[in-house]
Amino acid sequence: MSEFLQHLVNMLVLGGTYALLGIGLTLIFGIMNVVNFTHGILYTFGAYIMFIVVQQFGLNFFLALPVAVLAGWLLGAAIELTLLRPLRGSDIDTTMLVMIGAWIAMQSGTLWIWGGVAKSVTTPFPEAPLVLGPVSVSWLRLFVLAAAAMLILVTYLLINKTSLGRAMRATFQDHDTASLMGVNVDMIYTSTFAIGSSLAAAAGALLGPVYVIFPQMGDLAAVKAFAIVILGGLGNITGAVIGGFILALAEELGAGYVSSGYRDAMGFVIIIAVLIFKPTGLFARAERVG
Amino acid sequence: MRIVVTILAVAALASVPLWLRDPYLLNALITTGIFVIGAMSLNLLLGFTGQLSLGHIAFFGIGAYVSALTSLGFDAGLPGGFRLVHTPWPPVVGFVLAILAAGLCGYFVGLLSFRVRGAYFVIVTISFAEVVRLVALNWVELTQGPLALTNIPSIALPLPGFGELTLRTKMHNYYLVLVVALIAYLLIARLVRSHFGRAMRGLMENETLAVSVGIDVTRTLTIAAVISAAIAGAAGSLYAHYIRIIDPEVFAFINTVTMVIMVISGGKGSLAGPVVGGLIFGLLPVALRPVMAPEAQWIAYGGVLIAILFVLPRGIVPSLAQRFARRRGTTALAPVALTETGAKEPA
Repeated sequence: MSEFLQHLVNMLVLGGTYALLGIGLTLIFGIMNVVNFTHGILYTFGAYIMFIVVQQFGLNFFLALPVAVLAGWLLGAAIELTLLRPLRGSDIDTTMLVMIGAWIAMQSGTLWIWGGVAKSVTTPFPEAPLVLGPVSVSWLRLFVLAAAAMLILVTYLLINKTSLGRAMRATFQDHDTASLMGVNVDMIYTSTFAIGSSLAAAAGALLGPVYVIFPQMGDLAAVKAFAIVILGGLGNITGAVIGGFILALAEELGAGYVSSGYRDAMGFVIIIAVLIFKPTGLFARAERVG
Repeated sequence: MRIVVTILAVAALASVPLWLRDPYLLNALITTGIFVIGAMSLNLLLGFTGQLSLGHIAFFGIGAYVSALTSLGFDAGLPGGFRLVHTPWPPVVGFVLAILAAGLCGYFVGLLSFRVRGAYFVIVTISFAEVVRLVALNWVELTQGPLALTNIPSIALPLPGFGELTLRTKMHNYYLVLVVALIAYLLIARLVRSHFGRAMRGLMENETLAVSVGIDVTRTLTIAAVISAAIAGAAGSLYAHYIRIIDPEVFAFINTVTMVIMVISGGKGSLAGPVVGGLIFGLLPVALRPVMAPEAQWIAYGGVLIAILFVLPRGIVPSLAQRFARRRGTTALAPVALTETGAKEPA
């Protein structure tokens, strides 16, 4: 039983960052209809920004997180302006392949600049974990959970309470009508991609110090993000949050009770199962997919 | 005209081992040839049914593992105390089994494509490939996991009256790959020009219309997926018996991307496209090796993929064919142009 509680606690920490990843991707996928393969590299990018700010510049750990979010925002906006805006109106396969090309180039760039050796980040948190009865959790992981929860809340408010968010939701529903109503759809696309990218960078900056940082770390993260988006349904932010926690739970239980080698298989199994049995996602209203 | 070009191209390719003595270049040509076969099989799905399979390497890898395990033998435990024991069979049998096993997997993936299309099909195929990779990595008793399957025997061709010819040298393998590639090319060419091929293209161009004239969507897509996967499995088997060592890295996503780049750059929906694109991108690393670090090469790879999509979105072969047709004064487009994404429904 105590083992199960420990898995639940781990699930909470992991699920928070997964939710961040999922929200970013579901916004981009839902609003722009772009299968964003650069999402994983933005995650890696965020983690490296953390590494640069903390280890190479020796600056404060808590300062590094907003820097990573901002850097992710800028890189996302740059990708959207240079690669996606010229291809507006071309089919989804073309933009997907362009994103794959960008992903390969950027990942190889990361490998070229920082090498393949995994990096770690020193954190200001005490080594000794917080022990609560049968479960223990490190202070770093608690901070990760709190920061992720705060970012999820900020994104939720941004989408639901601001005029930018209203324009984004309108574009998601029908971009032609939104455009007719005076919404600058191009600007919405760039903002959406930038916001989604900054969330991926934030997830990387948060999980990077928990694990280690290496150029390919984003690959699995990207697939997990796709799993979350499919679980939660396209463009569904609440679905992405719940999906993030479901995936984290499946991984924790899979690693704990099946085999740790198959931990990362859980996301893929979920993708296949959901798409076979309920392709619109678990929380979506009836809607045709594909 | 087209037949003459094809025969000349085949003759040129067949003459290569006679004058090229550099084993490094010959090796690059063999592995390129194997990937060209994979790219041709991918083109059957991507170019003629419009379904982008980004897990295509799974069929290739399954073919490689099935072929290797058939010719090496194995002794693996199953849940419930059963044991799966197999004594080695000749590699030729492995080659056939690789085709069958990959085709069977293609059948299941093809069935899935009935439920999900577009981006979702892409994600399902990626997931499928990753699950297979993780099984190959973790089922150590069967696959040796990261330790790799080693000492895979070379393919031996039984020659009636002469015993066996073991294809061990690079020259042997070059001709083996060339023959298999030629068979795959002719098979795909025959297929896309048949009634079935027209059904596939009809589906790609306008599914609603195709269904209304009685084309069975699931059946057509499933058959295409089975044949495509089987050819990829054959390529995987060739790879296993040529390289003679297989580890789970064969399933790496980048290998699928390599095939996709070959198809897109050469021209999807064109028969010669994957061959042209495959030769360019298979040999590009060889040409870049003296001037660029491997990481920089991959950056160039990604950059070239983006550039092709921006500059030549239809691919090299269709663009050239169109230009050629225009210069001859014919207003009609080359036949390949018909298969391009002319009449896609708006998303």
